[in-house]
Amino acid sequence: MATIQPIAGENEQHPDIALVEKVRAGDISAYDELVRKYERQIFRISQHITQNREDAEDVMQDAFLKAYEKLDQFQGNSKFYTWLVRIAVNESLMRLRKRRTGKMVSIDEDVETEEGSVPRDLADWAPDPEQNYTQSEMNEILRKTIQGLPPGFRVVFELRDVQGLSTEETAEALGLSVPAVKSRLLRARLQLRERLSRYFKRKKGGEK
Amino acid sequence: MTCSEFLALLDDLIDNEVNVATRTELEEHLHGCDHCEVTLNTTRKTIEIYRSHEIYDLPSDLRERLHAAIMERCKKGC
Repeated sequence: MATIQPIAGENEQHPDIALVEKVRAGDISAYDELVRKYERQIFRISQHITQNREDAEDVMQDAFLKAYEKLDQFQGNSKFYTWLVRIAVNESLMRLRKRRTGKMVSIDEDVETEEGSVPRDLADWAPDPEQNYTQSEMNEILRKTIQGLPPGFRVVFELRDVQGLSTEETAEALGLSVPAVKSRLLRARLQLRERLSRYFKRKKGGEK
Repeated sequence: MTCSEFLALLDDLIDNEVNVATRTELEEHLHGCDHCEVTLNTTRKTIEIYRSHEIYDLPSDLRERLHAAIMERCKKGC
């Protein structure tokens, strides 16, 4: 049946591995395929960390170039994408350090915030909160909301909840422990929820 | 179960990583606690909204430009 996805066995090779092997054999079009497959995701991760469009464009380009250059070092014991994300995260952090004149910037800095530990705003949301905003207003709200979070929270939320990586893959890509990913994810989710509530909560007295 | 205990398991509940016994306890708590029900529903909605919006869109001209630059450099040997 077409709707049932085969369960990937341990010995089953990820399609990216075949592409990587082709690139190693000199087939540049295979790399082209890998770039097209992941460019949007890498761009978003770079945006989340650098918070700057120009930097994100440069990071995306540098990350793919560096991955090509280092392809021999890719062992194949993790997914190609996880490996690529790690390169992009390092490039993004380097870019941030340059911008902040050498100040260390780290993704594994554990940020203790009071916010989000206990939900404060417990008003329910309107049944379809998105209908009060245009598409561009919504995107603006979502960008503004996530930008208020520490970089380590933003990128964990992006990888786990938006891109759908597992906790283990996220930990590997970011060089964090599994408990650190879990702790950041919970706080990121709760803080985003709290901040979105300011826009989406059900208004009292029939206001629109 | 207290609200704090519920909150500590919120992620596991959302990610469907709780066993049957814990799920039953969580559901019992939800049944009598509007606050936790709102927290669960709106947190789920938060994830859903972010997942369904492309907040950092990559315009096709920029994509093509960067793509050409990457390919050009790779052909020369990076």
